[in-house]
Amino acid sequence: MAGRISRADVVHVARLARLELTDEELDRYVDQLGAVLDHAADVAALDTTGVPPTAHPLPMENVLREDVVGPSLDREEVLREAPDSDGARFRVPRILGEEP
Amino acid sequence: MSADWEMVVGLEVHCELATATKLFCSCRNAFGEEPNTNVCPVCLGLPGSLPVLNAAAVELAMRVGDALHCEIRRSIFHRKNYFYPDMPKDYQISQYDEPINVDGSLELAGGARVGIERAHLEEDTGKTTHVGRGGRIHEATESLVDYNRAGVPLLEIVSAPDIRSADQARAYVGELRGILMATGASDARMEEGSLRVDANVSVRPAGGAELGTRAEIKNMNSLRSLGRAIEHEAERQVALLEAGEPVVQETRHWNETQGRTSSLRSKEEAYDYRYFPEPDLLPVAPDETWISSVRAAAATLPAERRSRLSAAAARGRAGGATDGEVPAGLVATLVELDLDGLVLGAIDAGADPKLAVNRAANEAAAHPEAARGLDPSAFAALLSMETSGRLSATQAKTVLAQMLEEGGDPTDIARARGFEGLSEEALAETVDKIVAANPEEWERYRAGDPKVSQFLVGQVMRETKGKANGKAVMALLAARKG
Ligand SMILES: [Zn+2]
Repeated sequence: MAGRISRADVVHVARLARLELTDEELDRYVDQLGAVLDHAADVAALDTTGVPPTAHPLPMENVLREDVVGPSLDREEVLREAPDSDGARFRVPRILGEEP
Repeated sequence: MSADWEMVVGLEVHCELATATKLFCSCRNAFGEEPNTNVCPVCLGLPGSLPVLNAAAVELAMRVGDALHCEIRRSIFHRKNYFYPDMPKDYQISQYDEPINVDGSLELAGGARVGIERAHLEEDTGKTTHVGRGGRIHEATESLVDYNRAGVPLLEIVSAPDIRSADQARAYVGELRGILMATGASDARMEEGSLRVDANVSVRPAGGAELGTRAEIKNMNSLRSLGRAIEHEAERQVALLEAGEPVVQETRHWNETQGRTSSLRSKEEAYDYRYFPEPDLLPVAPDETWISSVRAAAATLPAERRSRLSAAAARGRAGGATDGEVPAGLVATLVELDLDGLVLGAIDAGADPKLAVNRAANEAAAHPEAARGLDPSAFAALLSMETSGRLSATQAKTVLAQMLEEGGDPTDIARARGFEGLSEEALAETVDKIVAANPEEWERYRAGDPKVSQFLVGQVMRETKGKANGKAVMALLAARKG
């Protein structure tokens, strides 16, 4: 399929999402994502002059919460679910590169 | 920097908003607590949890937007995707192309105007600590993460590239801090990280119209290091260009100890954040009623407080001990330290305006917290004791220091220290005595020899063991000369 998305693009996107894909999966996703993008291209071809962009399908705005403190979780319980901790903080493998 | 070049600087200021809770959950927004005690499913990014926007954060963002003359408008949130352990969701919720505040400006005390491109809401990240040899990231063996800060509301204020010097950059941040504090939006403490500044720096031939390639400088944690970093970076870029080498667009890290910036270029590929609208949040569209209520409740901003104080000081009493002219720098310092109220109160209570400004900006400002608690009428009483000559300047400063340290009434303190032992009659008698004892010097003084007055004052000082006020002695001598 003369794709809207190349195999290299899919490799790149998979890497950004930290997904490890097999060759077969890559082939499959090139096809599937191409179909999705074809559909998006159909929509993009419509004349939308004067139609405001939709940020959200619900016709609602300003759903807000009062600034009142509620309970937080118990730290012991939280850290018990973590792969590793020092008892107070999550312990993670050495980070490569600076923070974004 | 040589006159052939000019620097062009834009600043991105992140400030933590002073809400009670985080931006999208009801965990406490607090600094310096036990790690991971203010966390919940939302700010830990646990599956199935949903964010709900904090109304107070929106209100504070609007207050700042209003103070910066921004247009406040309908805004939406986006997800900024990246993998880094400071964000457990693997994305940060931030306003992207439709921020709540746009197109404002900030006028500096010197009159320069800096454009504000936007001031948008986003959530803060967790705090990572790199452990291992030396604690430096490239030598770290592992990292520890505290998510108390994750989800704390931030306002990111982006200036236009209108800043032309390190001094202006510092003045801009100083003025912005004043606004953030005056609006109650943030405590804006650079040292505690509740105010963080990144600088986009480029250089171009002086008077040029085109912008040069910029570098983004991070990690400056004081106004001083901000100024140093900008100056260093501009010099570095000029040196590159003069050597015919290009400036690379990149992020650079300021090293305070070495006094230089260094590249953060990592082996990782460039970040690609894949922003897309946050499906779990609805647009925020403050209506006119909300916007007007924010405008109506607007705080008095530093610029207005400065002009108010200058005006009060200029209305100095005719024939007062000093004229009304007060240096703008002192006025700015007083407003910055929130001591303008003290001075205005003292002036209202009859204190000499210029002396009030001086004593507040020079002596009281050394202990700003205590000074803010000073009773303006007690401060005024002390200043009157000085202007009337009952206390010398040195004595007045000593009494003020004690008032700041322990509180108390200036008259009582002066008496307890023996500063008030000298009544006006006693001083006049002493002056008579010294004149009688030094007839030759007195004749020379009467004949107009200015040098001898110091001698006579010195004699009175010695006689009164330093309790006399030099100015009062001079006045008595002059009156006696007739
Ligand atoms: Zn939370």
